[in-house]
Amino acid sequence: MTSIDLNGSVGVITPQTHVFEQPLELACGRKLETAEVVYETYGSLNDTHSNAVLICHALSGHHHAAGYHSPEDTKPGWWDNCIGPGKPIDTEHFFVVSLNNLGGCHGSTGPRSVNPGTGQPYGPDFPPLRVRDWVNCQAMLADVLGIERWVAIVGGSLGGMQAMRWALMYPDRVKHCIVIAAAMKLSAQNIAFNEIARQAIMADPEYRHGRYHEAGTTPRHGLSIARMLGHITYLSDDAMDARFGRDLRSGSFSLGSEERAEFQVESYLRYQGAVFSDHFDANTYLLMTHALDYFDLAREYGDDAISAFSRSSCDFLVISFSTDWRFAPQRSREIVDALIAAGRAVTYADIDSNQGHDSFLLPLPRYHELLAAYMQRVLEAS
Amino acid sequence: MRPDLEVIKSWIDRDTRVLDLGCGDGDLLLQLESSLGVTGLGLEIDPDNITRAVKAGLNIIEQDMDNGLQNFPDKSFDTVILAHALQAVHRPAFVLDEMLRIGREGVITFPNFGHWRCRLQLASRGRMPVSPMMPYSWYNTPNIHFCTVYDFEQLCSEKGIRIRDRRLTTQTRSDSRLANTWPNIFANTAIYRVSR
Repeated sequence: MTSIDLNGSVGVITPQTHVFEQPLELACGRKLETAEVVYETYGSLNDTHSNAVLICHALSGHHHAAGYHSPEDTKPGWWDNCIGPGKPIDTEHFFVVSLNNLGGCHGSTGPRSVNPGTGQPYGPDFPPLRVRDWVNCQAMLADVLGIERWVAIVGGSLGGMQAMRWALMYPDRVKHCIVIAAAMKLSAQNIAFNEIARQAIMADPEYRHGRYHEAGTTPRHGLSIARMLGHITYLSDDAMDARFGRDLRSGSFSLGSEERAEFQVESYLRYQGAVFSDHFDANTYLLMTHALDYFDLAREYGDDAISAFSRSSCDFLVISFSTDWRFAPQRSREIVDALIAAGRAVTYADIDSNQGHDSFLLPLPRYHELLAAYMQRVLEAS
Repeated sequence: MRPDLEVIKSWIDRDTRVLDLGCGDGDLLLQLESSLGVTGLGLEIDPDNITRAVKAGLNIIEQDMDNGLQNFPDKSFDTVILAHALQAVHRPAFVLDEMLRIGREGVITFPNFGHWRCRLQLASRGRMPVSPMMPYSWYNTPNIHFCTVYDFEQLCSEKGIRIRDRRLTTQTRSDSRLANTWPNIFANTAIYRVSR
């Protein structure tokens, strides 16, 4: 048994579930008569309810951002290096809320949940979601928790898109918006990668037009390829080279041998794909990537990002990473430029890192020092 | 306290918008925010300076002004400051133009290369001047565009930039009197307030 290190950790956390009794109106026009969200909280809400921080997760994230689920747990939450006592998002001061978004596959209502209309899992019939649906659902959870206004909403990647959408949809309910490695909309290249991932899933014979639950199958292979592809785009060329180079896992290039040489990077990607496909839901993957593709911050504001951000009233911190090519620094600078032109208070840093898009999850010293420095300001505003 | 601070403060109105290009760790902006209630924004490229400035509660954009300032709209600030950075930018004349496009007024401070000590070092030793204020050797200095008080005023005149005010700081009190008569020889640092 591995015993967990509680130093700087929020410790053992029990996820909570809230069931919304009122129907959820969705952007697509449909509604969910009932829905539940699973979430975790770290730290304590102060008397004036002014120290609440919302964490918005990315494509494959979930509610378990920090701490452990049991003392035997080997792995902490996905952003444990950033959330906890003495960490940049300091749970000694902040009440941190992290939920699994609607449509997810970690406990919140999603394609795996039973459709009350049919008694069967929704599967491919789960309504398509937009980022605004998540924001609305998060706002409903805030109401339940008695949080009138978040002192900060923090999100990386797709999470950053939710944070920005919050700033436009509920300007009075956000004080600081922290947008990390995100973009106002995806580029054609980004959408293209997502489409290949979706095609890989749908081409898997086990996918069964999304009704794999009923068929008792799992499109593991397709999901695994989707993850392998995604994984490449989260890393930088340099990072992959430094980590794997052309090292072989097995075989050799000896002349006179027919044995296939297998590169380390192949085996690594297959392993990542396999682990992912064991727990992630294929329909959720399709739903999340579609939401990502459809997101366009300024679409309803005449495609004018400046006029979009003019609606917001919070302060912004925008962070990018130098080798991130999935959400390149230029995408962050577009956000910053629009904020400057809209007269919003904004701080921007481009963190030098060779780890690509994944940098936003890593404890890079400059990144965490900057985040901690900014959160100090957030604390003073709480 | 930095000698140019009081002068710059006296040129900036309360509750205005101030952009500080090359703001360092933000000490000037912080003073302006706390004493005049200005809304400040700083541009900086040094990571440690940026973290320090953010810690101090300032809004900072990581941006290299040598790559342009076109992301700042026309007249989006009341005052644009370039303190001790004119000599370090690649295109000083372009930056001056940009400052007065973005702001109503510009404030520029720079070390006067026409100071008698510089002249003396160059004349007597035949070597590029090195001083506590300009401690770098010629080959590794960030200061690539030194100018004198006269050079700067000549540039402003060519560009039709109006010099609204000028202050000179000197090393000693006696220099200060002399600088009134011979600014190009006795001024250590020149501080200008300019507009179109």
